[in-house]
Amino acid sequence: MEIKFTHHQSAHCENGVVSNLMKHNGFDVSEPMVFGIGSGLLFCYIPFLKVNHAPAITYRAMPGAIFKRFAKRVGIKIKHEKFKSPQKAKARLDENLQNNNPVGLQVGVYNLEYFPDEYRFHFNAHNLVVYGKEDSNYLISDPVMETVTTLSDKQLEKVRFAKGAFAPKGHIYYPTGFPDTLSLESAIKKGIKHTCKDMLAPVPIVGVKGIRMVAKLIRKWPKKKGVRKANHYLGQIVRMQEEIGTGGGGFRYIYAAFLQEASKVLKNDTLAELSKEMTVIGDLWRDFALDLSRIYRNRKAKMDAYNDVASQLEAIAEKEELFFKKLRKAIKNDD
Amino acid sequence: MKKQDVPQDKSSLETTNSKELCYAVNEDGEYTTAHSSGWAPKTIALDNAIAEINERIAHAKENVEQGKSSPLEYYMEVHKMDIGILASYVGLWKWRVKRHFKPKVFNKLSNKILQKYADVFEITIEELKEIKHGN
Repeated sequence: MEIKFTHHQSAHCENGVVSNLMKHNGFDVSEPMVFGIGSGLLFCYIPFLKVNHAPAITYRAMPGAIFKRFAKRVGIKIKHEKFKSPQKAKARLDENLQNNNPVGLQVGVYNLEYFPDEYRFHFNAHNLVVYGKEDSNYLISDPVMETVTTLSDKQLEKVRFAKGAFAPKGHIYYPTGFPDTLSLESAIKKGIKHTCKDMLAPVPIVGVKGIRMVAKLIRKWPKKKGVRKANHYLGQIVRMQEEIGTGGGGFRYIYAAFLQEASKVLKNDTLAELSKEMTVIGDLWRDFALDLSRIYRNRKAKMDAYNDVASQLEAIAEKEELFFKKLRKAIKNDD
Repeated sequence: MKKQDVPQDKSSLETTNSKELCYAVNEDGEYTTAHSSGWAPKTIALDNAIAEINERIAHAKENVEQGKSSPLEYYMEVHKMDIGILASYVGLWKWRVKRHFKPKVFNKLSNKILQKYADVFEITIEELKEIKHGN
């Protein structure tokens, strides 16, 4: 059986699943809108979580948080379920498909057969939509892919029950209730306020402070960890910032797109100006990534090079601090 | 980023004929989406990460051949895992998995435990005890 479902490619999987499920239910909500209302933008340095043998740095909110906040702020009801038994997980999925209900699934990437091998790491917070089943093949709309695809029931079970950090445990989710009309205004404001609070948080590893901390660490890494490890860490930063799913510039461009759309909804010109400013900041992140790549490309670099990129990062922190203070003010004035 | 500046470098996305979606500004200053085939700085980062994994695999292989480690370490690296991920797949504590890396301990493991590892790596117990089947 196949549910009539329109696949739209998105930059980021979680926004994409939400946006696609909303569109399926008759609400035209763009990916940037989901990201902004769900307060997806972040910076966080997580030294105690190692990804591919390097400390984790994230440019976005915790997996699942964007959807949760978005749902709460626009007033839709979401049903979430996790399972111990793969059989039960499969039964619930089939039941939903029988009822003509496309569902979101959290999956691990490592065994996702349609991804290029190089991208298959043990990352468990990927999201996709299942919109039907033909024989034992499930019809898959993976938002980061250009077109729809399929997975056999064995393949799907494997990715739904991947293990490790953020193990999906068969996590299935779908909207169950919608408001009569979607009022985005207050949801946008709440989303922006939350992001400003996160980015300006007085916590050393979060937001602007987190960016400054990583800048400080970059200065130390080559001496403390050796050039090899330092370069591996720099490569990891670039991958977290620019890899598939970020829309480029560590999600800063998606956020700028959100601010542009939000300025129209709220009829607030300041937000349009701030969108332009965020684009410039996104470009600075791209320059930063480019300069990092010049360091790790030849596996040896002068000490100066590390200090240079650290200074670049500090300049970005400065810009983002000013930016989020202005954004906070722009929203406050709107109330 | 302007739409015309969205990078179109070579990357491994080519192998599956896919492109990724980026957000960029068009000539009128409006945000829009654009496809990118890849960007050199991140391709290099990814290539380096894969080279790093291959070095880890080679190193683990050496350790096994010299009797310093059990084949588990080798298979773990081949599957891009670390001890935490492997432990969670076999459902054992990390310290136990670590202990099983010692050849002496590994050689005394029961078939039941060996089967758990073999299942995770999708090989037979016989294959698990040697390392030539890894690649």
